[in-house]
Amino acid sequence: MSVSPTDTLVQRIGDRFKAALRESSDFRGDLSVVIEPSAVVEVARYLKDQEGFDYLLYATAVDWPARDPRFTVVWEVRSLAAKTRIRIKTTAAMPDPHVPSLTSVWPAANWHERETWDLFGIKFDGHADLRRILMPPTWEGFPLRKDYVSFGEPVIFSDQKLEGLEPDAIRG
Amino acid sequence: MAETRIAQEQLGPGPEQMPFGPEHEPETEWMELNMGPHHPSTHGVLRVRLKLDGEIVRDADADIGYLHTGFEKSFEDKTYTQGITFSDRMDYLAPPINNVGFVSAVEKLIEVDVPPRAQAIRVIMMELARVSSHELWLGTTGLDLGVYSGFFYAWRDRDLALDLNEAYSGVRMMTSFTRVGGVAWDLPDGWLDQLQRFIDVMPARLDDFESMLTDNPIWHQRLKGVGAISAADAIEAGVTGPVLRASGVNYDVRKAFPYCGYEQYDFEVPVGQNGDCYDRYRMRVAEMRQSLRILQQAVDNLPGGPWITSDRKVALPPRSELSKSMEAVIHQFRLVSEGFKGPVGDVYSFVESPRGELGFYLVSDGTNKPYRMKVRPPSFCNLQSLRKLVQGVLVADVIAIMGSLDFILGDCDR
Repeated sequence: MSVSPTDTLVQRIGDRFKAALRESSDFRGDLSVVIEPSAVVEVARYLKDQEGFDYLLYATAVDWPARDPRFTVVWEVRSLAAKTRIRIKTTAAMPDPHVPSLTSVWPAANWHERETWDLFGIKFDGHADLRRILMPPTWEGFPLRKDYVSFGEPVIFSDQKLEGLEPDAIRG
Repeated sequence: MAETRIAQEQLGPGPEQMPFGPEHEPETEWMELNMGPHHPSTHGVLRVRLKLDGEIVRDADADIGYLHTGFEKSFEDKTYTQGITFSDRMDYLAPPINNVGFVSAVEKLIEVDVPPRAQAIRVIMMELARVSSHELWLGTTGLDLGVYSGFFYAWRDRDLALDLNEAYSGVRMMTSFTRVGGVAWDLPDGWLDQLQRFIDVMPARLDDFESMLTDNPIWHQRLKGVGAISAADAIEAGVTGPVLRASGVNYDVRKAFPYCGYEQYDFEVPVGQNGDCYDRYRMRVAEMRQSLRILQQAVDNLPGGPWITSDRKVALPPRSELSKSMEAVIHQFRLVSEGFKGPVGDVYSFVESPRGELGFYLVSDGTNKPYRMKVRPPSFCNLQSLRKLVQGVLVADVIAIMGSLDFILGDCDR
């Protein structure tokens, strides 16, 4: 098996952060590493300063209700010079999911992490401005969690009555 | 004479005697101004809270989400084929590029080959979308800055591209023309002639436009040096597309990571130097000319053959087979009723939209629907830089800067 530059990148991360690198995978040419939450900032700093991953593409999360820890948090970064990408993953557990913020390393993560907080309810420690971004500030619940039902909004039909209100009043 | 002097004395000291300069100014109090959500220059529904010191913007906070529709959640409820119709409703000014971006993520996941003719048709549709999107940008940004007549020219030219969309897909905007493994239909008869007329007429129309704006002193005053961002700052802010290239970063997905056979086409990526609004304008006009070059090459070298993969696990069998082959009926039934399944894994696939890198991060759990579909919208990433760009500029420049970022709120909020 030939050794591609990205393979050696995983090796270098593994050598440097032996305890923190949980696993790595190369699926369809997309390289990803799973890092312990406590070491994410260090690894990110290393990737940016030593390996040239200067451009943050996005940050998001994936909800796996059956798993423990439940959430996978994902940041993907690119080196514009080397034209390589790497996906940094870590996990967050219920009931108070939180992971370190990478805004100190890549300031562009700001809105992406806000969005992840907004839609998944995952807190980013060290984020200076963590508030809802897409949903209204008064919104309850986190829409992209799997237990948040897509079409679960209560609807009142014209033949139903809501306490004290006539149907026409509800329809406005 | 005496009367004039008396009148002047009553007016108070002349400008020369007036105390002037920062040391004479009283302590100022910042004012908060709401721009939007219904401001005409916000192109969609965006609210920006500006902190003003007189007419100088000290800080800004963009309040987005008014067009949040939950597309990412909706993707999870629909099969891969059904998801295509969601993709073009995000960035409604370049739907074909969203279509291709979405299916390219699915194609990467399930590893299906796209025939060369389908790739060429995709390239044609994408470049048409780029031209029409940039045309619309020219028109509306000009409108924001007072070039009223430009709007009508831009709209006329953009309609030519929409006519082509309509002749091909039946719809002017929401084309939904891609299928996993190819495109839904072959090009109709006479379509290439119509496209050729478009390619022939557009350079002169762009010249017209440029003669109106490129050397226009008012246009220069409104745009030059306004909202400038350096290459390093642009990378740090995560901006992409023409905004990034205007700052001098030569990054275009079509060149850096060619998809749909872009490596076969001969075109240049325009790169600016100053990173200001004027450079962003120049980038977009130059990109339209390059798109026309690509279109011409695509028309000249359009490959023949099938326009969708023959893999029956992914693509519907032709109608004619249904009456002859039981297997075709089974494939048709399976595909229509439940679609195809993807392997377990996650992929990121990306294309160059008129606004920058449009990415789709697809997580599959092995079923026929995406387990998670994260969209990386270029508008979201570009709009994030607004706060940095508007600090210290005048209120009127905010309009120019917002226009130059070319964000689409449907894309931004999803």
